[in-house]
Amino acid sequence: MNLFLDAWRWLATGSNWTGDGGAATRLVEHLLVSGLVVGIAAIIAVPLGVLVGHTGRGRTAVVLAASAARAVPTLGLLTLVALATGIGLTGPVVALVVLAVPSLLAGAYAGVESVDRVTIDAARAVGMTEAQVVRRVELPLAAPLLVGGLRSATLQVVATSTLAAYTADVGLGRLLFAGLKAREYDVMLASALLVVALALVLEGLLALLQRLVTPRTAAPAEHARPARNAHPSSTVAEKSPTERTS
Amino acid sequence: MTPTLRRRLSAALALVPALALASACGGGDGDSDPLSAGGGDGDTIVVGSQDYYSNEIIAEIYAQALEDGGYDVARDFRNGQRETYLPEIEEGNIDLFPEYTGPVLQYWEPDTEARLADDVYAALEEAVPDGLRVLDQSDATDQDAYVVTREFSEEYGVTSAADLADVPVPLTLGANSEAESRPNGPQGLSGTYGVDVDFAPIEDGGGPLTVQALKDDDIQIAIIYTATPSIAQEDLVVLDDPEGLFLASNVVPLASDNVDDEAAAIINEVNAKLTADGLRELNVQSVEDQSPASTIAKEWLEEQGLV
Repeated sequence: MNLFLDAWRWLATGSNWTGDGGAATRLVEHLLVSGLVVGIAAIIAVPLGVLVGHTGRGRTAVVLAASAARAVPTLGLLTLVALATGIGLTGPVVALVVLAVPSLLAGAYAGVESVDRVTIDAARAVGMTEAQVVRRVELPLAAPLLVGGLRSATLQVVATSTLAAYTADVGLGRLLFAGLKAREYDVMLASALLVVALALVLEGLLALLQRLVTPRTAAPAEHARPARNAHPSSTVAEKSPTERTS
Repeated sequence: MTPTLRRRLSAALALVPALALASACGGGDGDSDPLSAGGGDGDTIVVGSQDYYSNEIIAEIYAQALEDGGYDVARDFRNGQRETYLPEIEEGNIDLFPEYTGPVLQYWEPDTEARLADDVYAALEEAVPDGLRVLDQSDATDQDAYVVTREFSEEYGVTSAADLADVPVPLTLGANSEAESRPNGPQGLSGTYGVDVDFAPIEDGGGPLTVQALKDDDIQIAIIYTATPSIAQEDLVVLDDPEGLFLASNVVPLASDNVDDEAAAIINEVNAKLTADGLRELNVQSVEDQSPASTIAKEWLEEQGLV
Protein backbone atom coordinates (compact mmCIF):
# COMPACT_ATOMS: atom_id res chain seq x y z
CA MET A 1 0.00 0.00 0.00
CA ASN A 2 2.94 2.25 0.71
CA LEU A 3 3.88 2.06 -2.92
CA PHE A 4 0.44 3.30 -3.92
CA LEU A 5 0.84 6.23 -1.57
CA ASP A 6 4.23 7.00 -3.08
CA ALA A 7 2.75 6.78 -6.57
CA TRP A 8 -0.08 9.04 -5.52
CA ARG A 9 2.36 11.52 -4.08
CA TRP A 10 4.31 11.46 -7.34
CA LEU A 11 1.12 12.15 -9.25
CA ALA A 12 0.15 14.92 -6.88
CA THR A 13 3.48 16.70 -7.34
CA GLY A 14 2.98 19.45 -9.88
CA SER A 15 6.57 19.54 -11.07
CA ASN A 16 6.30 15.94 -12.29
CA TRP A 17 3.65 17.03 -14.77
CA THR A 18 5.39 19.95 -16.38
CA GLY A 19 8.40 20.25 -18.60
CA ASP A 20 9.71 18.35 -21.57
CA GLY A 21 9.43 14.83 -20.27
CA GLY A 22 6.67 15.57 -17.79
CA ALA A 23 3.63 13.42 -17.27
CA ALA A 24 1.35 15.82 -19.16
CA THR A 25 3.47 15.66 -22.30
CA ARG A 26 3.73 11.90 -22.00
CA LEU A 27 -0.01 11.56 -21.56
CA VAL A 28 -0.72 13.60 -24.67
CA GLU A 29 1.90 11.68 -26.63
CA HIS A 30 0.38 8.43 -25.46
CA LEU A 31 -3.05 9.54 -26.57
CA LEU A 32 -1.77 10.71 -29.96
CA VAL A 33 0.10 7.46 -30.64
CA SER A 34 -2.93 5.42 -29.63
CA GLY A 35 -5.16 7.55 -31.83
CA LEU A 36 -2.81 7.24 -34.77
CA VAL A 37 -2.66 3.48 -34.38
CA VAL A 38 -6.41 3.00 -34.04
CA GLY A 39 -6.92 5.36 -36.98
CA ILE A 40 -4.60 3.43 -39.27
CA ALA A 41 -6.06 0.14 -38.10
CA ALA A 42 -9.59 1.39 -38.76
CA ILE A 43 -8.69 2.53 -42.28
CA ILE A 44 -7.45 -1.00 -42.96
CA ALA A 45 -9.96 -3.05 -41.04
CA VAL A 46 -13.32 -1.33 -41.36
CA PRO A 47 -13.66 -1.27 -45.18
CA LEU A 48 -12.37 -4.82 -45.36
CA GLY A 49 -14.74 -5.97 -42.64
CA VAL A 50 -17.72 -4.25 -44.25
CA LEU A 51 -16.83 -5.75 -47.63
CA VAL A 52 -16.59 -9.22 -46.15
CA GLY A 53 -19.77 -8.79 -44.16
CA HIS A 54 -21.67 -7.39 -47.15
CA THR A 55 -20.60 -9.94 -49.73
CA GLY A 56 -20.09 -12.87 -47.40
CA ARG A 57 -17.01 -13.68 -49.45
CA GLY A 58 -13.58 -14.33 -47.98
CA ARG A 59 -15.04 -14.72 -44.54
CA THR A 60 -12.95 -17.79 -43.64
CA ALA A 61 -9.75 -16.19 -44.85
CA VAL A 62 -10.39 -13.02 -42.89
CA VAL A 63 -11.36 -14.87 -39.72
CA LEU A 64 -8.23 -17.02 -39.95
CA ALA A 65 -5.96 -14.07 -40.66
CA ALA A 66 -7.48 -12.07 -37.81
CA SER A 67 -7.07 -14.97 -35.38
CA ALA A 68 -3.49 -15.45 -36.46
CA ALA A 69 -2.80 -11.73 -36.02
CA ARG A 70 -4.16 -11.92 -32.48
CA ALA A 71 -1.55 -14.55 -31.67
CA VAL A 72 1.39 -12.39 -32.81
CA PRO A 73 3.42 -11.22 -29.80
CA THR A 74 3.50 -7.44 -30.07
CA LEU A 75 6.97 -6.96 -28.60
CA GLY A 76 8.44 -9.55 -30.95
CA LEU A 77 6.85 -7.95 -34.00
CA LEU A 78 7.97 -4.52 -32.83
CA THR A 79 11.56 -5.70 -32.57
CA LEU A 80 11.40 -7.33 -35.98
CA VAL A 81 9.97 -4.24 -37.69
CA ALA A 82 12.32 -1.88 -35.86
CA LEU A 83 15.30 -3.98 -36.94
CA ALA A 84 14.21 -3.40 -40.54
CA THR A 85 13.11 0.23 -40.30
CA GLY A 86 15.40 1.53 -37.57
CA ILE A 87 14.48 2.98 -34.21
CA GLY A 88 11.67 5.47 -33.92
CA LEU A 89 7.91 5.18 -34.02
CA THR A 90 7.51 2.96 -37.08
CA GLY A 91 8.17 -0.33 -35.33
CA PRO A 92 5.78 0.26 -32.43
CA VAL A 93 3.06 1.69 -34.69
CA VAL A 94 3.16 -1.27 -37.08
CA ALA A 95 3.09 -3.75 -34.20
CA LEU A 96 0.22 -1.93 -32.50
CA VAL A 97 -1.77 -1.72 -35.74
CA VAL A 98 -1.48 -5.49 -36.05
CA LEU A 99 -2.79 -5.68 -32.49
CA ALA A 100 -5.75 -3.41 -33.21
CA VAL A 101 -6.87 -4.75 -36.60
CA PRO A 102 -8.44 -8.07 -35.48
CA SER A 103 -10.93 -6.46 -33.07
CA LEU A 104 -11.95 -3.79 -35.56
CA LEU A 105 -12.22 -6.31 -38.36
CA ALA A 106 -14.34 -8.65 -36.29
CA GLY A 107 -16.58 -5.79 -35.19
CA ALA A 108 -17.06 -4.59 -38.77
CA TYR A 109 -17.85 -7.88 -40.44
CA ALA A 110 -19.86 -9.30 -37.56
CA GLY A 111 -21.88 -6.07 -37.46
CA VAL A 112 -22.66 -6.03 -41.16
CA GLU A 113 -23.24 -9.76 -41.25
CA SER A 114 -25.71 -9.58 -38.38
CA VAL A 115 -28.05 -7.28 -40.27
CA ASP A 116 -31.32 -9.08 -40.97
CA ARG A 117 -31.42 -10.36 -44.56
CA VAL A 118 -35.09 -9.37 -44.77
CA THR A 119 -34.14 -5.75 -44.08
CA ILE A 120 -31.50 -5.80 -46.80
CA ASP A 121 -33.88 -7.43 -49.27
CA ALA A 122 -36.45 -4.78 -48.44
CA ALA A 123 -33.86 -2.06 -49.06
CA ARG A 124 -33.06 -3.56 -52.43
CA ALA A 125 -36.75 -3.91 -53.19
CA VAL A 126 -37.32 -0.20 -52.76
CA GLY A 127 -34.60 0.40 -55.32
CA MET A 128 -31.46 1.10 -53.31
CA THR A 129 -28.12 0.50 -55.00
CA GLU A 130 -25.58 -1.75 -53.29
CA ALA A 131 -23.68 1.32 -52.10
CA GLN A 132 -26.87 2.73 -50.64
CA VAL A 133 -27.64 -0.56 -48.96
CA VAL A 134 -24.23 -0.47 -47.30
CA ARG A 135 -24.33 3.19 -46.35
CA ARG A 136 -27.90 3.65 -45.31
CA VAL A 137 -28.94 0.24 -44.03
CA GLU A 138 -26.03 -2.00 -43.13
CA LEU A 139 -23.67 0.55 -41.59
CA PRO A 140 -26.23 2.15 -39.27
CA LEU A 141 -27.46 -1.24 -38.14
CA ALA A 142 -23.89 -2.53 -37.77
CA ALA A 143 -22.80 0.53 -35.82
CA PRO A 144 -23.13 -0.90 -32.29
CA LEU A 145 -20.97 -3.89 -33.12
CA LEU A 146 -18.56 -1.73 -35.09
CA VAL A 147 -18.12 0.63 -32.17
CA GLY A 148 -17.79 -2.43 -29.95
CA GLY A 149 -14.81 -3.46 -32.06
CA LEU A 150 -13.42 0.06 -31.81
CA ARG A 151 -13.85 -0.09 -28.06
CA SER A 152 -11.89 -3.26 -27.54
CA ALA A 153 -9.22 -2.20 -30.06
CA THR A 154 -8.79 1.13 -28.30
CA LEU A 155 -8.53 -0.52 -24.92
CA GLN A 156 -5.86 -2.91 -26.12
CA VAL A 157 -3.90 -0.21 -27.93
CA VAL A 158 -3.95 2.30 -25.08
CA ALA A 159 -2.75 -0.37 -22.68
CA THR A 160 -0.03 -1.57 -25.03
CA SER A 161 1.14 1.80 -26.38
CA THR A 162 3.61 1.87 -23.51
CA LEU A 163 5.71 -0.21 -25.91
CA ALA A 164 6.14 2.84 -28.13
CA ALA A 165 8.82 3.89 -25.66
CA TYR A 166 10.73 0.72 -26.47
CA THR A 167 12.32 2.42 -29.46
CA ALA A 168 11.06 6.00 -29.35
CA ASP A 169 11.07 8.91 -26.93
CA VAL A 170 7.28 8.85 -26.76
CA GLY A 171 4.41 8.10 -24.43
CA LEU A 172 3.77 6.99 -20.87
CA GLY A 173 5.97 3.98 -21.46
CA ARG A 174 8.98 6.26 -21.07
CA LEU A 175 8.12 6.82 -17.42
CA LEU A 176 7.25 3.16 -16.99
CA PHE A 177 10.52 1.86 -18.40
CA ALA A 178 12.64 4.48 -16.67
CA GLY A 179 10.96 3.71 -13.35
CA LEU A 180 11.39 0.00 -13.81
CA LYS A 181 15.07 0.08 -14.64
CA ALA A 182 16.00 2.72 -12.10
CA ARG A 183 13.92 0.93 -9.45
CA GLU A 184 11.84 4.05 -8.96
CA TYR A 185 8.70 2.06 -8.48
CA ASP A 186 6.58 5.06 -7.56
CA VAL A 187 7.18 6.54 -11.02
CA MET A 188 6.48 3.17 -12.58
CA LEU A 189 3.24 2.67 -10.71
CA ALA A 190 2.18 6.29 -11.28
CA SER A 191 2.61 5.95 -15.04
CA ALA A 192 0.80 2.60 -15.00
CA LEU A 193 -2.06 4.27 -13.15
CA LEU A 194 -2.14 7.01 -15.78
CA VAL A 195 -2.42 4.37 -18.50
CA VAL A 196 -5.27 2.73 -16.60
CA ALA A 197 -7.02 6.06 -16.13
CA LEU A 198 -6.64 6.92 -19.79
CA ALA A 199 -7.99 3.53 -20.80
CA LEU A 200 -10.98 3.89 -18.48
CA VAL A 201 -11.85 7.37 -19.73
CA LEU A 202 -11.71 6.25 -23.35
CA GLU A 203 -13.67 3.13 -22.51
CA GLY A 204 -16.37 5.28 -20.91
CA LEU A 205 -16.54 7.65 -23.88
CA LEU A 206 -16.76 4.81 -26.37
CA ALA A 207 -19.40 3.05 -24.32
CA LEU A 208 -21.39 6.26 -24.50
CA LEU A 209 -20.83 6.44 -28.25
CA GLN A 210 -21.94 2.85 -28.59
CA ARG A 211 -25.15 3.63 -26.77
CA LEU A 212 -25.75 6.65 -28.99
CA VAL A 213 -25.34 4.72 -32.24
CA THR A 214 -27.49 1.81 -31.14
CA PRO A 215 -30.67 2.12 -33.18
CA ARG A 216 -33.96 2.05 -31.34
CA THR A 217 -35.29 -1.12 -32.84
CA ALA A 218 -37.78 -3.33 -30.99
CA ALA A 219 -40.51 -3.51 -33.60
CA PRO A 220 -43.73 -3.41 -31.55
CA ALA A 221 -42.57 -0.34 -29.73
CA GLU A 222 -44.37 2.52 -31.50
CA HIS A 223 -47.34 2.51 -29.16
CA ALA A 224 -45.45 1.18 -26.15
CA ARG A 225 -42.96 3.95 -25.59
CA PRO A 226 -43.19 4.02 -21.77
CA ALA A 227 -42.49 0.31 -21.50
CA ARG A 228 -39.45 0.63 -23.72
CA ASN A 229 -38.04 3.37 -21.62
CA ALA A 230 -38.46 1.25 -18.54
CA HIS A 231 -36.48 -1.57 -20.14
CA PRO A 232 -34.22 0.05 -22.67
CA SER A 233 -33.59 -2.46 -25.42
CA SER A 234 -30.28 -0.75 -26.03
CA THR A 235 -28.71 -2.40 -23.01
CA VAL A 236 -29.24 -5.81 -24.59
CA ALA A 237 -27.90 -4.67 -27.94
CA GLU A 238 -24.97 -3.08 -26.21
CA LYS A 239 -23.85 -6.09 -24.24
CA SER A 240 -23.78 -8.60 -27.04
CA PRO A 241 -21.22 -6.86 -29.29
CA THR A 242 -18.48 -6.76 -26.71
CA GLU A 243 -19.00 -10.41 -26.06
CA ARG A 244 -18.75 -11.22 -29.69
CA THR A 245 -15.77 -9.11 -30.50
CA SER A 246 -13.57 -9.69 -27.55
CA MET B 1 -12.66 -32.90 -5.83
CA THR B 2 -11.94 -30.53 -2.97
CA PRO B 3 -10.83 -33.17 -0.44
CA THR B 4 -8.57 -34.75 -3.07
CA LEU B 5 -7.13 -31.40 -3.92
CA ARG B 6 -6.57 -30.63 -0.29
CA ARG B 7 -4.83 -33.97 0.23
CA ARG B 8 -2.58 -33.32 -2.75
CA LEU B 9 -1.80 -29.86 -1.54
CA SER B 10 -0.87 -31.02 1.91
CA ALA B 11 1.26 -33.77 0.42
CA ALA B 12 3.03 -31.23 -1.71
CA LEU B 13 3.49 -28.90 1.22
CA ALA B 14 4.87 -31.73 3.31
CA LEU B 15 7.57 -32.13 0.68
CA VAL B 16 8.82 -28.57 1.11
CA PRO B 17 10.71 -29.05 4.38
CA ALA B 18 12.03 -32.36 3.10
CA LEU B 19 13.42 -30.67 0.02
CA ALA B 20 14.86 -27.83 2.03
CA LEU B 21 16.56 -30.38 4.25
CA ALA B 22 17.89 -32.25 1.25
CA SER B 23 19.35 -29.13 -0.32
CA ALA B 24 20.81 -28.05 3.00
CA CYS B 25 22.52 -31.42 3.24
CA GLY B 26 23.72 -31.07 -0.34
CA GLY B 27 25.45 -27.81 0.48
CA GLY B 28 27.02 -28.96 3.68
CA ASP B 29 28.01 -32.51 2.78
CA GLY B 30 31.69 -31.87 2.95
CA ASP B 31 31.52 -30.66 6.51
CA SER B 32 29.89 -33.78 7.83
CA ASP B 33 31.27 -36.37 5.46
CA PRO B 34 34.93 -36.11 4.49
CA LEU B 35 34.49 -38.73 1.77
CA SER B 36 31.92 -36.71 -0.12
CA ALA B 37 33.00 -34.55 -3.02
CA GLY B 38 30.17 -32.08 -2.48
CA GLY B 39 31.55 -29.64 0.05
CA GLY B 40 34.45 -27.54 1.13
CA ASP B 41 36.79 -30.16 2.54
CA GLY B 42 40.52 -29.92 2.12
CA ASP B 43 41.04 -32.03 -0.98
CA THR B 44 38.26 -30.86 -3.20
CA ILE B 45 37.94 -27.36 -4.60
CA VAL B 46 34.33 -26.40 -5.16
CA VAL B 47 34.01 -24.07 -8.14
CA GLY B 48 30.82 -22.06 -8.40
CA SER B 49 29.30 -19.85 -11.07
CA GLN B 50 26.47 -17.41 -11.57
CA ASP B 51 23.45 -18.35 -13.57
CA TYR B 52 24.90 -16.48 -16.53
CA TYR B 53 26.36 -18.29 -19.50
CA SER B 54 29.50 -16.17 -19.77
CA ASN B 55 30.28 -16.60 -16.07
CA GLU B 56 29.74 -20.33 -16.33
CA ILE B 57 32.30 -20.57 -19.13
CA ILE B 58 34.91 -18.82 -16.97
CA ALA B 59 34.09 -21.09 -14.03
CA GLU B 60 34.43 -24.11 -16.27
CA ILE B 61 37.82 -22.85 -17.45
CA TYR B 62 38.98 -22.51 -13.83
CA ALA B 63 37.65 -25.97 -13.02
CA GLN B 64 39.33 -27.67 -15.95
CA ALA B 65 42.63 -25.86 -15.36
CA LEU B 66 42.60 -27.04 -11.74
CA GLU B 67 41.74 -30.59 -12.77
CA ASP B 68 44.66 -30.49 -15.16
CA GLY B 69 46.82 -29.39 -12.23
CA GLY B 70 45.84 -32.51 -10.32
CA TYR B 71 43.13 -31.04 -8.10
CA ASP B 72 39.81 -32.64 -7.33
CA VAL B 73 37.11 -30.25 -8.44
CA ALA B 74 33.41 -30.17 -7.69
CA ARG B 75 31.20 -27.91 -9.76
CA ASP B 76 28.40 -25.94 -8.19
CA PHE B 77 27.25 -23.91 -11.19
CA ARG B 78 24.28 -21.73 -12.00
CA ASN B 79 23.78 -20.13 -8.64
CA GLY B 80 21.36 -17.25 -8.94
CA GLN B 81 21.90 -13.74 -7.68
CA ARG B 82 24.86 -12.34 -5.77
CA GLU B 83 22.62 -12.09 -2.70
CA THR B 84 22.15 -15.85 -2.86
CA TYR B 85 25.58 -17.19 -3.60
CA LEU B 86 27.91 -14.80 -1.76
CA PRO B 87 26.73 -16.02 1.66
CA GLU B 88 27.46 -19.56 0.45
CA ILE B 89 30.98 -18.49 -0.44
CA GLU B 90 31.42 -16.68 2.86
CA GLU B 91 30.36 -19.84 4.69
CA GLY B 92 32.95 -21.84 2.82
CA ASN B 93 30.59 -24.00 0.79
CA ILE B 94 32.10 -22.71 -2.45
CA ASP B 95 35.87 -22.22 -2.78
CA LEU B 96 36.34 -20.48 -6.10
CA PHE B 97 34.00 -18.19 -7.95
CA PRO B 98 34.54 -15.93 -10.97
CA GLU B 99 33.32 -12.51 -9.92
CA TYR B 100 33.35 -8.98 -11.30
CA THR B 101 35.34 -6.37 -9.37
CA GLY B 102 32.95 -3.40 -9.26
CA PRO B 103 29.66 -5.12 -8.47
CA VAL B 104 31.14 -7.42 -5.84
CA LEU B 105 32.92 -4.49 -4.19
CA GLN B 106 29.63 -2.62 -4.06
CA TYR B 107 28.03 -5.64 -2.44
CA TRP B 108 30.46 -5.46 0.47
CA GLU B 109 30.94 -1.69 0.43
CA PRO B 110 27.83 -0.02 -0.94
CA ASP B 111 29.28 3.44 -0.35
CA THR B 112 32.56 2.91 -2.16
CA GLU B 113 33.65 5.69 -4.49
CA ALA B 114 36.16 3.62 -6.44
CA ARG B 115 35.27 3.52 -10.15
CA LEU B 116 38.45 2.80 -12.10
CA ALA B 117 39.74 -0.76 -12.45
CA ASP B 118 42.85 -0.46 -10.28
CA ASP B 119 41.16 1.58 -7.56
CA VAL B 120 38.30 -0.87 -7.45
CA TYR B 121 40.66 -3.82 -7.23
CA ALA B 122 42.67 -2.20 -4.44
CA ALA B 123 39.48 -1.44 -2.51
CA LEU B 124 38.21 -4.95 -3.13
CA GLU B 125 41.36 -6.51 -1.67
CA GLU B 126 40.60 -4.60 1.52
CA ALA B 127 36.89 -5.36 1.49
CA VAL B 128 36.86 -9.15 1.19
CA PRO B 129 35.84 -10.85 4.45
CA ASP B 130 38.21 -13.06 6.41
CA GLY B 131 38.74 -16.48 4.93
CA LEU B 132 38.40 -15.16 1.40
CA ARG B 133 40.71 -13.36 -0.98
CA VAL B 134 40.69 -12.13 -4.55
CA LEU B 135 43.25 -13.47 -6.99
CA ASP B 136 44.64 -11.30 -9.82
CA GLN B 137 42.06 -9.41 -11.80
CA SER B 138 41.79 -10.10 -15.50
CA ASP B 139 41.80 -7.61 -18.36
CA ALA B 140 38.51 -9.13 -19.40
CA THR B 141 35.59 -6.97 -18.36
CA ASP B 142 31.87 -7.45 -18.30
CA GLN B 143 30.47 -3.98 -17.81
CA ASP B 144 28.53 -1.25 -19.56
CA ALA B 145 30.57 0.87 -21.90
CA TYR B 146 30.24 3.41 -24.68
CA VAL B 147 30.40 1.63 -28.00
CA VAL B 148 30.71 3.07 -31.51
CA THR B 149 31.00 1.54 -34.97
CA ARG B 150 34.42 0.89 -36.47
CA GLU B 151 33.72 3.40 -39.28
CA PHE B 152 32.83 6.11 -36.80
CA SER B 153 35.88 5.37 -34.69
CA GLU B 154 38.20 5.57 -37.70
CA GLU B 155 36.56 8.53 -39.40
CA TYR B 156 36.82 10.77 -36.35
CA GLY B 157 39.75 9.09 -34.61
CA VAL B 158 37.71 8.20 -31.57
CA THR B 159 38.98 5.51 -29.22
CA SER B 160 38.10 7.09 -25.89
CA ALA B 161 35.05 8.88 -24.56
CA ALA B 162 37.27 11.93 -24.18
CA ASP B 163 37.80 12.02 -27.98
CA LEU B 164 34.07 12.48 -28.55
CA ALA B 165 34.31 16.17 -27.71
CA ASP B 166 36.21 16.81 -30.96
CA VAL B 167 33.69 15.08 -33.22
CA PRO B 168 32.18 17.78 -35.48
CA VAL B 169 28.80 16.11 -36.11
CA PRO B 170 25.80 16.02 -33.75
CA LEU B 171 25.81 12.92 -31.58
CA THR B 172 22.98 10.81 -30.21
CA LEU B 173 23.44 8.37 -27.39
CA GLY B 174 21.20 5.30 -27.46
CA ALA B 175 20.58 3.27 -24.33
CA ASN B 176 17.93 2.05 -21.94
CA SER B 177 15.84 4.94 -20.73
CA GLU B 178 17.22 4.90 -17.20
CA ALA B 179 20.60 5.96 -18.60
CA GLU B 180 19.12 9.39 -19.18
CA SER B 181 19.21 10.10 -15.47
CA ARG B 182 22.32 8.08 -14.61
CA PRO B 183 25.83 9.51 -14.22
CA ASN B 184 26.89 7.87 -17.48
CA GLY B 185 24.02 9.37 -19.46
CA PRO B 186 24.00 12.65 -21.42
CA GLN B 187 24.64 14.73 -18.31
CA GLY B 188 27.66 12.69 -17.33
CA LEU B 189 29.08 12.85 -20.84
CA SER B 190 28.63 16.58 -20.88
CA GLY B 191 29.90 17.21 -17.37
CA THR B 192 32.86 14.84 -17.43
CA TYR B 193 34.01 14.78 -21.02
CA GLY B 194 32.45 17.97 -22.37
CA VAL B 195 30.47 15.99 -24.94
CA ASP B 196 26.95 17.16 -25.73
CA VAL B 197 24.65 14.43 -26.97
CA ASP B 198 20.98 13.85 -27.66
CA PHE B 199 19.39 10.83 -26.09
CA ALA B 200 17.42 8.06 -27.80
CA PRO B 201 15.79 5.50 -25.52
CA ILE B 202 16.06 1.91 -26.78
CA GLU B 203 14.78 -0.56 -24.25
CA ASP B 204 16.53 -3.74 -25.29
CA GLY B 205 19.55 -3.39 -23.03
CA GLY B 206 22.16 -3.06 -25.76
CA GLY B 207 20.54 -5.82 -27.76
CA PRO B 208 19.94 -6.18 -31.51
CA LEU B 209 17.87 -2.99 -31.83
CA THR B 210 20.61 -0.91 -30.26
CA VAL B 211 23.22 -2.46 -32.51
CA GLN B 212 21.02 -1.92 -35.57
CA ALA B 213 20.48 1.72 -34.60
CA LEU B 214 24.27 2.17 -34.45
CA LYS B 215 24.68 0.61 -37.88
CA ASP B 216 21.86 2.74 -39.29
CA ASP B 217 23.57 5.82 -37.82
CA ASP B 218 20.35 6.67 -35.98
CA ILE B 219 22.59 6.80 -32.94
CA GLN B 220 26.36 7.25 -32.91
CA ILE B 221 27.10 6.04 -29.39
CA ALA B 222 25.47 3.14 -27.58
CA ILE B 223 25.78 1.74 -24.09
CA ILE B 224 26.45 -1.98 -24.49
CA TYR B 225 27.98 -4.65 -22.25
CA THR B 226 31.64 -5.12 -23.09
CA ALA B 227 31.28 -8.91 -23.18
CA THR B 228 28.35 -8.85 -25.61
CA PRO B 229 29.01 -11.10 -28.62
CA SER B 230 27.61 -8.49 -31.05
CA ILE B 231 30.63 -6.27 -30.38
CA ALA B 232 32.79 -8.90 -32.02
CA GLN B 233 30.19 -9.93 -34.58
CA GLU B 234 29.47 -6.41 -35.81
CA ASP B 235 33.02 -5.10 -35.39
CA LEU B 236 32.10 -2.41 -32.88
CA VAL B 237 34.63 -0.40 -30.89
CA VAL B 238 34.49 -0.12 -27.11
CA LEU B 239 35.60 3.35 -26.03
CA ASP B 240 37.97 3.88 -23.12
CA ASP B 241 36.46 5.57 -20.13
CA PRO B 242 39.43 7.24 -18.42
CA GLU B 243 37.28 9.15 -15.93
CA GLY B 244 35.38 6.05 -14.85
CA LEU B 245 31.80 7.02 -15.68
CA PHE B 246 31.14 3.31 -15.72
CA LEU B 247 32.05 1.22 -12.72
CA ALA B 248 34.97 -1.07 -13.61
CA SER B 249 33.90 -4.68 -13.67
CA ASN B 250 36.89 -6.86 -14.41
CA VAL B 251 36.73 -10.62 -14.08
CA VAL B 252 38.28 -11.56 -10.75
CA PRO B 253 38.42 -14.94 -9.03
CA LEU B 254 37.11 -14.96 -5.49
CA ALA B 255 38.91 -17.72 -3.57
CA SER B 256 38.64 -19.28 -0.14
CA ASP B 257 41.61 -20.36 1.97
CA ASN B 258 40.93 -23.82 0.63
CA VAL B 259 42.53 -22.68 -2.64
CA ASP B 260 46.24 -23.14 -1.92
CA ASP B 261 49.04 -21.08 -3.47
CA GLU B 262 49.70 -23.58 -6.21
CA ALA B 263 46.05 -23.61 -7.22
CA ALA B 264 45.98 -19.82 -7.05
CA ALA B 265 48.97 -19.69 -9.38
CA ILE B 266 47.15 -21.88 -11.89
CA ILE B 267 44.10 -19.61 -11.80
CA ASN B 268 46.21 -16.46 -12.06
CA GLU B 269 47.94 -17.84 -15.15
CA VAL B 270 44.59 -18.62 -16.74
CA ASN B 271 43.14 -15.25 -15.80
CA ALA B 272 46.09 -13.41 -17.30
CA LYS B 273 45.33 -14.95 -20.68
CA LEU B 274 41.68 -14.00 -20.52
CA THR B 275 41.38 -10.70 -22.39
CA ALA B 276 38.33 -8.60 -23.16
CA ASP B 277 38.39 -9.77 -26.78
CA GLY B 278 39.01 -13.32 -25.64
CA LEU B 279 36.01 -13.33 -23.34
CA ARG B 280 33.82 -11.97 -26.14
CA GLU B 281 35.01 -14.73 -28.45
CA LEU B 282 34.05 -17.31 -25.83
CA ASN B 283 30.61 -15.72 -25.54
CA VAL B 284 30.22 -15.72 -29.31
CA GLN B 285 30.87 -19.44 -29.33
CA SER B 286 28.22 -19.96 -26.71
CA VAL B 287 25.61 -17.77 -28.39
CA GLU B 288 26.29 -18.58 -32.04
CA ASP B 289 27.31 -22.22 -31.91
CA GLN B 290 25.34 -23.13 -28.81
CA SER B 291 28.36 -25.07 -27.57
CA PRO B 292 28.26 -26.21 -23.94
CA ALA B 293 30.52 -24.38 -21.48
CA SER B 294 32.68 -27.48 -20.93
CA THR B 295 33.52 -27.76 -24.64
CA ILE B 296 34.24 -24.05 -25.03
CA ALA B 297 36.45 -24.08 -21.93
CA LYS B 298 38.36 -27.17 -23.06
CA GLU B 299 39.07 -25.78 -26.53
CA TRP B 300 40.14 -22.42 -25.18
CA LEU B 301 42.54 -23.93 -22.62
CA GLU B 302 44.11 -26.10 -25.32
CA GLU B 303 44.36 -23.14 -27.70
CA GLN B 304 46.14 -21.07 -25.06
CA GLY B 305 48.49 -23.93 -24.25
CA LEU B 306 47.33 -23.96 -20.67
CA VAL B 307 46.56 -27.67 -20.44
